[in-house]
Amino acid sequence: MSLRKFISNKTIAALAVIVTVFANTSAFAQEAAAGAAASAVAKPIDMVPIYKSVAFYAMLFLLACLFIAILGKALRVYELTREAQDKPAGINWNTVNGVIFVLFLLVGLYGVYFEYTVHGNMILPDAASEHGKKIDQMFNITLILTTIVFIGTHITLFLFSYFYKNTGKRKAYYYPHNNALERIWTIVPALVLTVLVLMGFLTWRSIFFKIEDPNHKPLSIEITSQQFLWTIRYPGADGVVGLKNYKLITGTNALGMDFKDKNNLDDELADELVIPVNKPVRLILTSKDVVHSFYMPHFRVQLNCVPGMTSYFEFTPTITTADMQTKVNDPGFKFLFYCSKICGSGHYNMQKVVRVVSQAEYDAWVAKLPKIVNNDLRKQFNLPLVAEPAAAPAAGAPADSTAKAPKKDSSAVAMNKPALKK
Amino acid sequence: MSTITLNDTHHNDHHDDHAHGHHEQSFITKYIFSQDHKMIAKQFLITGIIMAVIAMGLSILFRIQLAWPDKSFPILETFLGKWAEGGRIKPEFYLALVTIHGTIMVFFVLTAGLSGTFSNLLIPLQLGVRDMASPFMNMLSYWFFFIACIIMMSSFFIETGPASAGWTIYPPLSALPKAIPGSGLGMTLWLVSMVMFVASQLMGGINYVSTVLNMRTKGMDLWKMPLTIWAFFLTAVLGVLSFPVLVAGVVLMIFDRSFGTSFYLSDIVMGSQVLPNEGGSPILWEHLFWFLGHPEVYIVIMPALGISSEVISVNSRKPIFGYHAMVYSLIGITVLSFIVWGHHMFVTGMNPLLGGVFMITTLIIAVPSAVKTFNYLATLWRGNIRFTPAMLFAIGMVSFFISGGLTGIFLGNASLDINLHDTYFVVAHFHLVMGSAAIFGMLAGVYHWFPKMFGRMMDAKLGYLHFWVTFICAYLVFFPLHFLGLDGVPRRYYAFTEFEFMQKWVTVNIFVTWSAIVAALVQVAFLFNFFYSIFKGKVATQNPWQANTLEWTTPVEHIHGNWPGEIPTVHRWPYDYSKPGAEEDFIPQTVPYSETMMSNMPHDFEGNAESERIQREWDAKNNPTKVNAEFH
Repeated sequence: MSLRKFISNKTIAALAVIVTVFANTSAFAQEAAAGAAASAVAKPIDMVPIYKSVAFYAMLFLLACLFIAILGKALRVYELTREAQDKPAGINWNTVNGVIFVLFLLVGLYGVYFEYTVHGNMILPDAASEHGKKIDQMFNITLILTTIVFIGTHITLFLFSYFYKNTGKRKAYYYPHNNALERIWTIVPALVLTVLVLMGFLTWRSIFFKIEDPNHKPLSIEITSQQFLWTIRYPGADGVVGLKNYKLITGTNALGMDFKDKNNLDDELADELVIPVNKPVRLILTSKDVVHSFYMPHFRVQLNCVPGMTSYFEFTPTITTADMQTKVNDPGFKFLFYCSKICGSGHYNMQKVVRVVSQAEYDAWVAKLPKIVNNDLRKQFNLPLVAEPAAAPAAGAPADSTAKAPKKDSSAVAMNKPALKK
Repeated sequence: MSTITLNDTHHNDHHDDHAHGHHEQSFITKYIFSQDHKMIAKQFLITGIIMAVIAMGLSILFRIQLAWPDKSFPILETFLGKWAEGGRIKPEFYLALVTIHGTIMVFFVLTAGLSGTFSNLLIPLQLGVRDMASPFMNMLSYWFFFIACIIMMSSFFIETGPASAGWTIYPPLSALPKAIPGSGLGMTLWLVSMVMFVASQLMGGINYVSTVLNMRTKGMDLWKMPLTIWAFFLTAVLGVLSFPVLVAGVVLMIFDRSFGTSFYLSDIVMGSQVLPNEGGSPILWEHLFWFLGHPEVYIVIMPALGISSEVISVNSRKPIFGYHAMVYSLIGITVLSFIVWGHHMFVTGMNPLLGGVFMITTLIIAVPSAVKTFNYLATLWRGNIRFTPAMLFAIGMVSFFISGGLTGIFLGNASLDINLHDTYFVVAHFHLVMGSAAIFGMLAGVYHWFPKMFGRMMDAKLGYLHFWVTFICAYLVFFPLHFLGLDGVPRRYYAFTEFEFMQKWVTVNIFVTWSAIVAALVQVAFLFNFFYSIFKGKVATQNPWQANTLEWTTPVEHIHGNWPGEIPTVHRWPYDYSKPGAEEDFIPQTVPYSETMMSNMPHDFEGNAESERIQREWDAKNNPTKVNAEFH
């Protein structure tokens, strides 16, 4: 009896403490509110530095800890009281956790719906390339299948957790195995995955193993990556990108082109990747320093640029930039390519614009491209000089005017200067 | 004190098989250079927890950078100095943060912290062994791991900063100090630390394998081992076979960096300087790294799967559904995990033919994973579930394993991987399936075996708080990241400020960062609960969860050698929960069938005709209803 009295006294005391704490806080809050109201007229308190101070957040966190501690103590007191009064435990935590699982399921399902509809609408538009359409189609099939499994298994998981929680009234059902059932859920996923594998495999083959059509040769464009810029080289009139050798790289010959190779003489540099719509394009990807990744998400194109190795990706764009702008209803829309393999401090800003245009526009644009070869280079490679009016600086210039510093003098030009002095 | 009680309870014959134990132990031999597997397990666990807190702190730093790329946080400059000049993290340091976060989490927390803790604790205890096959090597394993941690952390205190080429340290970025400052001394320390770490893992792994294969107690045949042990055993096999390949790769890397060889380097021009290296290939490193790297992710997840199997079975009061299928799927995962590494390299320029092959093997490995998931669900069905904190974490683990596993089907498909590779979709995928799922498995293990480790109970209510907030926040952090990936946002970007299309994700980043901060703060509840309960928790009973496995037959008080008397003999599998006819809803593995005639079933005897005959005669005499139900 005395024990009970003691505990109930303790309860009362604890409750009193809690009530006082809350009363005080609310009183403080009221005072603060009143004070704020009063001073709001006189001079508004600048809260910004307070929100910026670490101490403010530390205090908030300590307050939260205190709150949890008080809550814990209150629960403890409550439970001890029930125990001392020989009543059944006040809170059945099994039920609480079971119910939270159901709530989590409901809120979670809504959350998934929200994510799919809201963030799902912010993702890349439909593929702008031929093979990209196949990829998108396969993505959608995979998405539907996995979403069904995702939702189904989670409903099962959380509802089982709720329905089969311990209530003290049942014994679990001894059910160690069922071979038929296990066979089903081995074979069904295996079959579904086989279908996905086959689709993936065929698509993969169709992307990387192209049969060369001699009448319909792809346009070759070479992309060279380096920290942290891209160099785009067009093949010129002959349609062939000339040979290069990294050992020939100098300030004036940023790519290391070997001008003994005639194919190099008409090669051109460009500052953006301009490609004609509905024409196959063959990208030749190389790197000068570290591994980069050529990533052009709108076209579902990605391949690493590896030093010492050349890799190729062939694709066919199907929609012009102008059409895409109307399609996504954004006149400022641009196709881009950028780096997606960690390559150093400037990794986050290594981009170039891609313009898909009609064949006529492309022809006009490509005709204006400056040739790379100039008299300095001709001299180096002992080639006959040609009179050309002030074409020299154009050689290196487009190579490096990235979006990061479009206005600045390019570093290649800077590199050219000492070389020119020589 | 324990020594005295021990000697009182000693049987005379006990000294024969365990002659070396029970000297007076000094503080150093008991707590520091301990050769007792239980102490080593605790050392691994606490080191793992400390490393996890550090790595989590690093992740909060770079999450802050991603959420508020233009804001200045003066406190960062106070702590980080020149790496956060003006209160803003520098790009190089951002990359160092992601690199070290990944390295610590994958290797130090989820490999050493998880396998090291629970393999050490449970392999001897659940198999009825007095200690590991080689206790001295076991001790070395911990101390090599400890040195690896120290070396890795020391790179924060050097001029050029820690390694910053990503946790996969692809050359040439990682090989050339000119490419990024972190590839100077920081990378050397990373490599040395990793060699130490692999040495530690090999010593641990060889110990686990030999203990499991050679030292099981009487009656404990392989098919009576708990699934935890199966998982730890296969994990150790994976580690022993794949970690040496990483060392080989790392040594070649050290040669390339310091002695001018060209294993990974060729045709490189840094600035305008042409490097002399010729003939190597960065792809070689990628192959060597991922030959370990992919088994590594299963090294991370399989112990978590094993722990969850045990915890779910105990707390559903049901046998794990499809025990054999569970074991075979673990074996399947183990074998297949060696031939899927190429799916990390679909777009590296590796021969596309290989891409097709690796896609097939990768998607096959989804089948055993699916079997495991469905078996977990079937175990919950008609169970009698007690939501202990361990059970909550195990259920959370299953949820993450599903969510993260399903996105693996996208990434394992080479064609889809073209556009998803190295984007936030990958980040979301592996943080769910390998990060969250594995850490939840680990936490389930901590809550479940805490009474075994420290003889006291953790507070359940703080456990509930810890679980729910972490579970919700982990989804809030990682679910939205999938959509960044689907929008083509690459990972390891220092800021989203330079691309117009990424601007729309900044609000999402802020939301994700806040969720991560809340998730990080709630870990304080766990840390408090953990360290407070070591000293002040409620004293545990011998078998607090009414589990069947052998570890709960040892006394609460730790003794060197685990069992005071003879080692118990095992008579049955570990999952006889809620068996019809049994008095209680669990029958420990040490109980012979002769004591449970009422509940025995024909399949218990595995075709032993004599036993079946005895049982049938007994049933005919004492239990006619069962005869009808079971034998006809």
